Amino acid sequence: MSDATQDGPVLAADGRPLKASLRSALRRQKMRALLLIAPLLIFVLITFIAPIADMLFRSVENGIVSDTLPRTVVALDDWDYGSGEVPDEPVFEALFVDMYDASERKIHTRLGSRLNYEVTGVSSLFRQAGREMEDIGEIYEDQFDALDENWTQGEFWAQFMGDPDWYSEAAGAEDPGPTFVMKEGMDELLPLTAEAYQMFATFAQEEDEDNVATEDPWALVHARLYQDLTAGAGEGYDGFGAEELAAAREAVGDFESTTYKEAFLNVDEDWADLEIWGTIKAYSPNYTPGYFLKAVDAQLTPHGVEAQPDDQAVYVKLFGRTVWMSLTITFMTILLGYPVAFLLAQLPMRQSSMLMILVLLPFWTSLLVRTSAWKVLLQQQGVINDLLVWAGIINDAGRLVMINNQLGTIIAMTHILLPFMILPLYSVMATIPPTYVRAAKSLGATNVTAFRRVYFPQSVPGIGAGSILVFILAIGYYITPALVGGTDGIFISNRIAYHISSSLNWGLAAALGSILLAAVLILYWAYDRIVGIDNVKLG
Amino acid sequence: MTDATADASLEEPIFDRGAPPIWSFTVPMTALFGAFFGFLVGNANGAPIPGVLGGAVYGAIVAIVAMTMLHDSRTAFRWGLIVLTAIAGFIFGSWGAALAGGIIGAVVSWWVYWIGRGDYRAGVPIYSTTGQTLWHNTYLFICGLIFFFLIAPIITIIPLSFNAQNYFTFTPEMLSLSPEGYSVKHYNDFFTNSDWQSAMWNSLKIAPMATILAVGFGTLAAIGLSQPHVPFRRAIMAVLISPMIVPLIISAAGMYFFYSRVNLQGTYLGVVLAHAALGIPFVIITVTATLVGFDRSLTRAAANLGADPVTTFARIQMPLILPGVISGGLFAFITSFDEVVVVLFVGSAQQKTLPWQMFIGLREQISPTILAVATILVAISIALLTTVELLRRRSERLRGLTPG
Repeated sequence: MSDATQDGPVLAADGRPLKASLRSALRRQKMRALLLIAPLLIFVLITFIAPIADMLFRSVENGIVSDTLPRTVVALDDWDYGSGEVPDEPVFEALFVDMYDASERKIHTRLGSRLNYEVTGVSSLFRQAGREMEDIGEIYEDQFDALDENWTQGEFWAQFMGDPDWYSEAAGAEDPGPTFVMKEGMDELLPLTAEAYQMFATFAQEEDEDNVATEDPWALVHARLYQDLTAGAGEGYDGFGAEELAAAREAVGDFESTTYKEAFLNVDEDWADLEIWGTIKAYSPNYTPGYFLKAVDAQLTPHGVEAQPDDQAVYVKLFGRTVWMSLTITFMTILLGYPVAFLLAQLPMRQSSMLMILVLLPFWTSLLVRTSAWKVLLQQQGVINDLLVWAGIINDAGRLVMINNQLGTIIAMTHILLPFMILPLYSVMATIPPTYVRAAKSLGATNVTAFRRVYFPQSVPGIGAGSILVFILAIGYYITPALVGGTDGIFISNRIAYHISSSLNWGLAAALGSILLAAVLILYWAYDRIVGIDNVKLG
Repeated sequence: MTDATADASLEEPIFDRGAPPIWSFTVPMTALFGAFFGFLVGNANGAPIPGVLGGAVYGAIVAIVAMTMLHDSRTAFRWGLIVLTAIAGFIFGSWGAALAGGIIGAVVSWWVYWIGRGDYRAGVPIYSTTGQTLWHNTYLFICGLIFFFLIAPIITIIPLSFNAQNYFTFTPEMLSLSPEGYSVKHYNDFFTNSDWQSAMWNSLKIAPMATILAVGFGTLAAIGLSQPHVPFRRAIMAVLISPMIVPLIISAAGMYFFYSRVNLQGTYLGVVLAHAALGIPFVIITVTATLVGFDRSLTRAAANLGADPVTTFARIQMPLILPGVISGGLFAFITSFDEVVVVLFVGSAQQKTLPWQMFIGLREQISPTILAVATILVAISIALLTTVELLRRRSERLRGLTPG
């Protein structure tokens, strides 16, 4: 504000206050920058961040139990594992309905394999139960059929349960016909039957694409009708099939029947097993910590969180081994990388550029090329063993086993990750003024002291940067351990891959991945604090 | 310090930069060095002790001849020794032995001058003690071994890929350099086998598309990021760099889950998108690094002379940052071309790439064709490395820095 004669705010050329003009220019600049970044940001968010978020979500998501057995989950609310008693009839009744529906949709086996991760044997129990559900329903279906054949006819049922307008439209229509509409008042008159028929109708139309008007209903519907009628429902009906219904009401008293609990126990005694019920209850919420507990060798059981039995506790050991081997590899790269980086930093530019090529060539060479090179070199009939035998260091029978074990993984990964240590070390060392060491020596320090007290402390940031970089890369390695690691040289990544593609336990894979991701992000944060991501250099 | 000790220290030979004593130093050292090679040669022929003796005699004779008669004609002596030892090797064995002899001749003749003329002290200050000199040379030797460790595995597979047998080691025929030991049949297999060919074409279809996507989006964003006022710069940078930081197996798992949901799993598009995401950090890093040194007054000058922003970008900014863009593109290309973990999960059999095929080959039926492929890939890497290096120098020259 050097213009002392002018009052009020300083104006820009266009007459607006300079402050506002500058602010809008700044805003425009910011907008332009953001617009340039936006396409890539959206691209990365969709192709990369969304998948990662999806994985995190999968590690806790557990909708499968309540989706497959919705009624059972609700009925189990009142049951307590601590009571030590098998759930009562209402739970088995709900299970029957759920299981009938699930077995028609063939999704009960999926839930069976999911729960099998928690208690072995559930998978076969569910598969078997799925087969037997129809038999339980048929007890009633047969008796209704004997009473009046109409009760097993699809057309009769459709007119009995369906809205007349809907039926007139649906009859004779091509599959799957118009969406089923329930006759008004039916869900009050015969609530259980109406529910079961609606389930059947939805399934028949959506999954099988059949016309409900002609399709014979499930045996489940008969079982539910029996339930309704014995409970005294169905009184005062005068629509289609009123006579048959009245006759059935008379007859059900003499029907042979069974409780659902008995029926299930007949299928398999394991349905009286508290562990099964406890597990279903423990995993009924939509979100579960179960996968994460599994990933740290614990388990969500009906009794609460428990440690896995020793023979199944593999993950903590595997995480430990991954960290331990990554640390070993990091240490090896420091050991081998420091002297080389030191030499490169001391030599004149021309020579150091020449030697740098020896570092950059492996860096640029395909990971698989380097891994296959080590696989070829390290095998028992490979070049290194041949060389050692030739030099007489070992005899032909005593060829070293250097592959398919931890040693192979460490050797190959040290080689592969060494450039990632040398490059940051070199870039730090290149900035250390040589005069400091010279000054130390002229003040009487020996070579060792000058290095230890003056040079080395200044190179520590390089060691830190390189170590974190190498460690981050090592901890998530998959290819090299898979190819040269054998069984005891594999990393947690290999287990994740196994769960994705072989055991299909995606939730556990996601939980293991999330833990690994958390570890890497913490290290990444540390790296950012020490080096700054902007300072990452390539080549 | 008394005068006597001071005088004594002055007489220490460490202050003498002249040649070390021949008979008490050079000859024994060279004999020792020769004995080492003698041991190797003798050992290979089942006679280590005579080998050691022969080697020692060879070394001693070489040292005496070189130091007493041919002290100043180093080049002539070295070539002479190489040829003589190679001929001796050929008489003794065959072409392979001749090669070994030539190498021994070259190494021993280098050693004798290095020791005999005191060149080994050239790298240390004149006042260094014997221990310091020894340590300095040991250190150089260790560094040499580390460089050897870095480069040898890659170099070794190149001759092995020409193996006539289906072995993964050097056969006796190969060692004797006989032509029967070598063939290009593994290369023939690579160029005729339909598995390898379709894998190669898949790689060539996926990598360029992923590169184009990564470079297109990445360059724009890098220009945006290098503006002086960018809100949430650190957060945006972290998101854009994250594909490089997150372990590949986690990216692969997440993409597999998510792309299955949106039906991209097992499609060409899915693999291309995944690879583009993985390549983006490299483009961002290289292009922003170029833009850091970009002189903004150039764009202002262009605008001042009447150029609109698009013209300024196309005529002024782009040519200057082009080297950075191209090397970013090369990084993105090599990322996609070498990538195996993500494609293993996101791709299906129709998108089987070269690294995937190599992975299968290494895992199941390990075939020497892999070495031929590996050699071709090494050649490609060397070409790319050279290109990137040339581009970096060009970029620095354009920006007025001296290329380093």
